[in-house]
Amino acid sequence: MTVDELAETFEFLGDWEERYRYLIDLGRKLPPLSDAEHDDAHKVRGCMSQVWLAHDVQPGPPKTLHFRGDSDAHIVKGLIAVLFELTSDKTPDEILALDIGSAFERLGLESHISMNRRNGFYAMVERIQQMAATERGS
Amino acid sequence: MTVATPTTPALDLTAIRAQFPILSERVRGKRLAYLDNAATTQKPEAMLQALDHYYRKQNSNVHRAVHELAERATTAYEGARDRIAAFIKAPREQIVFTRGTTESINLVARSFLQPRIEPGDEVLLTTMEHHSDIVSWQLAGAKTVAAPLDDDGTLIFDEWLKLLGPRTKLVAVAQVSNSLGTINPIEDIIREAHARGIPVLVDGAQGIAHMPVDMQALDVDFYAFSAHKLYGPTGFGALYAKREHLEAMQPWQGGGDMIRTVAFSGSTWNEVPYKFEAGTPDMAGAIGCAAAIDWLDAIGLEAVAAHEHALLEYGTQRLAEVPGLRIIGTSPRKAGILSFVMDDAHPQDIGSILDMEGVAIRTGHHCTMPLMERFGVPATARASLAIYNGQDDIDQLVNGLMKVHRLFAA
Repeated sequence: MTVDELAETFEFLGDWEERYRYLIDLGRKLPPLSDAEHDDAHKVRGCMSQVWLAHDVQPGPPKTLHFRGDSDAHIVKGLIAVLFELTSDKTPDEILALDIGSAFERLGLESHISMNRRNGFYAMVERIQQMAATERGS
Repeated sequence: MTVATPTTPALDLTAIRAQFPILSERVRGKRLAYLDNAATTQKPEAMLQALDHYYRKQNSNVHRAVHELAERATTAYEGARDRIAAFIKAPREQIVFTRGTTESINLVARSFLQPRIEPGDEVLLTTMEHHSDIVSWQLAGAKTVAAPLDDDGTLIFDEWLKLLGPRTKLVAVAQVSNSLGTINPIEDIIREAHARGIPVLVDGAQGIAHMPVDMQALDVDFYAFSAHKLYGPTGFGALYAKREHLEAMQPWQGGGDMIRTVAFSGSTWNEVPYKFEAGTPDMAGAIGCAAAIDWLDAIGLEAVAAHEHALLEYGTQRLAEVPGLRIIGTSPRKAGILSFVMDDAHPQDIGSILDMEGVAIRTGHHCTMPLMERFGVPATARASLAIYNGQDDIDQLVNGLMKVHRLFAA
């Protein structure tokens, strides 16, 4: 899904409660991580909630990155689902070209990636960008 | 809904709220229910005006010059020390100005404890201590020992007593737990520790604004608190200490006010409390803190405690209506803190939804990781009360929590 399609869905949903309900549903539909992947190696540093991130390289061509993740907080899990809609199965260049901050702003979710939340989700965005940068270089 | 009747006359909440400009802010388009007072309290007009007045009419460096502005600043600044000392019933020389509770504790750790301990010596704490009251002692080289808690969040006094041993060089305890609201029996703790010749530090961060404190009656060795949790400015606080300790302690930081004479062959220190106040102090902070105290004292700490207690009881009853909600910390002796978890939602989910409803609470481990482990939760949601809170704030909280329940219940 593109930012435009997501934004359209969010607009259609109207009030914040409906949007959050949709976000929570997106999180519930996220494919689960294995127990083994809920380890420190996949954990993204955060303060309030826990976040895990795994990725698979799909050789292609073109080479793309597939992301999988989880959180113990429902809303964060929904945000992860939105983030994956935007970044998963894309080439490193496509991922690095994305302005994730303004995408979340368009969806009215910008407060969730602010420094203040320190929720691991912010760190996850950074981790995805690092992964894309590493894969582009290799 | 039946509510416990306060024993003192009800406060004029409308008049009190009118003193706090920020309370009329709208957040997320909603009325603000500010319930994050254990993190920091909002500021009354009288405090804001004192800060403004200081910078407009008095600003100058203290203790240094002969000009009139310096005199105005010094008089106001030292007047603040008198006011703060009177508030906790202590002599003015025993009030050391710091940046807050954390710095006050670190000062005791470095200047008092560190020179007196050997490897293996202990500081006896409780499981509910704030990280500041754990890590400061560890940095000073002490072993930290924590007394256990009951399931309701009450300190198990007999177990605490058993841990008071020959290696205990200091006892440190929160007056009120920031995560649970538990009021600790500091009088009993001080009595038992002193009977064994062990000094006691009380972390007053969560107590100072919510109940009267009296340093003379308490006979405590050290008492630390912050201005910003006392309706005062951020970045300012104080340490009360017994005179004999202050005289014996070496300065921690050098420069500015802490000096008597300086020579390359060696320097001498100013008298107490100035030898612990290096550099240009936070003049505005001290003056703002004194103004906040003036304002709060006019209401009276007894009235504050009664108001917040009645509201705590109301809040405790109302939270019981929320399906799947469990309060962490149900000690019979509690101050106005409601920490809780919910079956269907993570504390961060709770905080995010309440935020959309205009309700400001704190979510997380509250800088008490060992306590979270004790109760087997990664985090809690915490609503904490202050003088300007009313039943309407609690009602807004509960309405928000009902929404949380509807959104997250599978």
